[in-house]
Amino acid sequence: MKTGTLILSVAARMLVPLQVLFSIFLLLRGHNEPGGGFIAGLVVAGAFALHQFVYGPAATRRLLRVDPRDCIGFGLVLGVVSALPAWLAGEAFMTAQWWPVLNTPLIFDVGVYLVVLGSVLTAVITLTEVDKDDY
Amino acid sequence: MLIAVLAGFVLAMFAPVLTRWLGHRVGWVMALYPAAVMIWLAGQVPQVMQGGGLYFEQAWAPSLGLSLSFWLDGLSLMFGLLISGIGTLILLYASGYMKGDPRVGRFYAIMLCFMSSMLGVVMADGLMSLFVFWELTSITSYLLIGFDHEDEKARKSALQGLLVTFSGGLALMSGLIMLNLVTGSWSLREIIGGEVSLRDNALYLPILLCLLGGAFTKSAQFPFHFWLPNAMAAPTPVSAFLHSATMVKAGIYLMARISPEFSGTSAWTLILCVFGAVTMLTGAFLALRFSGIKKVLAYSTIMALGTLTMLLGIGSEAALIAFVAFLFAHSLYKGALFMVAGSLDHETGTKDIDAMGGLFRKMPVTALSALVAALSLGGIIPLFGFVAKELLFEAVLATSQLTTFLLAMTLVSSILVVAAAGIVALRPFFGALKETPKTPHEAPVTMLAGPFILAGLSLILGFLPPLVGQPILAPAARAVMGGELTMSLYLWHGINTALIMSMVSLLLGLVICWQWRRVRGLIARLNPLLDRGPESGYWRLMDGLVRFSEWQTRVLQNGHMRNYLLMTLTVFVGLTGYALLVRHSLSLNLALDMRIHEIVVAAVTAASAVAACLMRSRLAAVAASGVMGFGIALLFLLFSAPDLAITQLLIETLTVILLILVLFRMPRFADLSTAGERIRDAIVALLTGALMSLLVLTMYDVNLFPSISEYMVDNSVDLAHGHNIVNVILVDFRALDTLGEIFVLALAATGVFAMLKLQTREKKAR
Repeated sequence: MKTGTLILSVAARMLVPLQVLFSIFLLLRGHNEPGGGFIAGLVVAGAFALHQFVYGPAATRRLLRVDPRDCIGFGLVLGVVSALPAWLAGEAFMTAQWWPVLNTPLIFDVGVYLVVLGSVLTAVITLTEVDKDDY
Repeated sequence: MLIAVLAGFVLAMFAPVLTRWLGHRVGWVMALYPAAVMIWLAGQVPQVMQGGGLYFEQAWAPSLGLSLSFWLDGLSLMFGLLISGIGTLILLYASGYMKGDPRVGRFYAIMLCFMSSMLGVVMADGLMSLFVFWELTSITSYLLIGFDHEDEKARKSALQGLLVTFSGGLALMSGLIMLNLVTGSWSLREIIGGEVSLRDNALYLPILLCLLGGAFTKSAQFPFHFWLPNAMAAPTPVSAFLHSATMVKAGIYLMARISPEFSGTSAWTLILCVFGAVTMLTGAFLALRFSGIKKVLAYSTIMALGTLTMLLGIGSEAALIAFVAFLFAHSLYKGALFMVAGSLDHETGTKDIDAMGGLFRKMPVTALSALVAALSLGGIIPLFGFVAKELLFEAVLATSQLTTFLLAMTLVSSILVVAAAGIVALRPFFGALKETPKTPHEAPVTMLAGPFILAGLSLILGFLPPLVGQPILAPAARAVMGGELTMSLYLWHGINTALIMSMVSLLLGLVICWQWRRVRGLIARLNPLLDRGPESGYWRLMDGLVRFSEWQTRVLQNGHMRNYLLMTLTVFVGLTGYALLVRHSLSLNLALDMRIHEIVVAAVTAASAVAACLMRSRLAAVAASGVMGFGIALLFLLFSAPDLAITQLLIETLTVILLILVLFRMPRFADLSTAGERIRDAIVALLTGALMSLLVLTMYDVNLFPSISEYMVDNSVDLAHGHNIVNVILVDFRALDTLGEIFVLALAATGVFAMLKLQTREKKAR
């Protein structure tokens, strides 16, 4: 079901992938430049919100493949998991661990990203779907 | 050690998946965990016998002096062996009992979590670790008692158990914190072996009372005993495990653990002896009141818990030896009897003893196990229960204080317990065969193994008590004593006062058992009095609580956003304004250095705020508040805070989207408030704004604390390898806060989802 105007739907088709890419860029560079998991999560949530306005919630769900609520759960798990490696190293809970390529703050940030994405989209999609149910 | 304790939690995560693959046979896999723990613990026996132990420490929050530490000594070892040993049998038993139940996965998941928490309790060394595991056992047992969550009675019982144990948990926490304040240590091992003498401390009594508050509620001591029989709403494997061998013994464990440091004072002796003895008698007496087999067993468990408390209260060498022996014996026979009760329920479809009879021929192995275990419960030669009971009588006979009182209580209780044992073991199996809802036949092998092995152990250990005495019981008794003691267990003590007492109780008990129905009739006459017991107090408290919360919800949570805002803001303005004006002399530095473009942005922001208030259309109001948000973002940018600006921009965008989605669902714009209300609201709003401005301006000048931002700026690259300080703070320096925040976020989203979906469903239903 398409709801948006032609301009919006064409724009969305180009913007959504760009926004998703940009959000990942923001997420990864967050440690040294403006960005980070929270901001990136908001950007990508905005992208999918736009997609949903144009193509409707069902299409967005298909595009996402996972339920946004699962994103929340998975993000929380990542957040907690990132706290654990410090134990193995014999340091206090949540002490950051740095390995080549990967590090626990990054895992944590990805967790934040997923939770933000999931929470916002849960709210947006649910609100829209309820509208559909009602009217 | 860490692995031994935590593996259960990890395994629990996979329980539902494994169940999907293996069906009810998953019990075999799950039982591997407690079995492995048991073998590992058994391997530690020689070391602990020598007086050694194991210690494990892992930093947790070093800045608070907290660590996750475990400690294995004689006492922990005995409890650990009981938990893991009986746990193995119970999990196997459950695979038969729960066969065909679709909730097997959930059952094993919670059960394993419980097992791990329980092992955590008995091995914890840090006070806070102890507390955390303690509460975990409360939560998991709540889930287990309320396992049949569609049954209202089960839910209520579960909540009752949870509330009683939690209130005790709060007392325990304050006790532990005071303990830390007095001794300056978080480690049980240091406190118990330490030099600070608690007995002379001014805080001795408060600490003792708080700790006992935790222990008494957990171990169902009078007047908190009522939750335990109600907890029988749980599936029988749960009752067998939680309410015989483990959870209710956590309180006993705690008392035994602190005994070296606390016992010996008159307060200790008096409280524990009196409450223990009263609990003992209450339990034994009430056991005869009911005909449900699990209820009878539950009350006899209360009796045992009372006995254990009393023995700890006496605290002499003989009493402590009796304590460990009785504890061990009780775990064996009570585990067996509960499993028998479950088998009876499973095979006949009823829990009522009156409805059963003559089952010996149909279920010979179950009957045999029940008989042996009940003989042990009744303390009849040659079972291990007899050894324990002789020790109990001897310990009570040798007391110096309260001797007559304790002796009388013990004798009466043991008479009643013999009767209870007879009721459980004789009535269902002998006499005429009765019609039951299901046609009875022998239980499957998995359900026979548990009771059979435990009952068998009671028998073997009765003949050969040293088998368990030297390696397990003696180190445990030493740990409770806090010093050396000599222990020699044997079956035959010769003809002495204790034996005569045993004989008397046996005889009278059998008479009561024979005349049970008449006795029950007599007790029933006391019903009006019994109904007014502590439990009715609990219900009255709960009713009052519900009424109070309904009242305060009506007043405070009346569902009108504007009221919440009004109240929150008024309180904020009142309190903060008071503190600001009275505590600080206002000296505003108004010589602000402002550029023209900054003034323009600020003016636009303020103007849009005003516009948002005055707009007559919702969409316009949303747009105006959007402008305000973007104005603020611009200000952030001007003062070089790009992260804040980006966040603000995105939040603003998403807020507008969400608002519009919500507004679609609202009725048409209407004036609902009177002019007076609007003026009031305007005043509150203006005051809030003015106060915030004042606060910000004051903060600019006042510097109460040295700023921490210096530290963050200096260490961001060195410690956290990041140049973006905002992000470093979020994900590294203050990661714990962020973790909390994302949980809040997740909760909020879940709340939105639940609210909207629920509403829709209700509408559809209508």
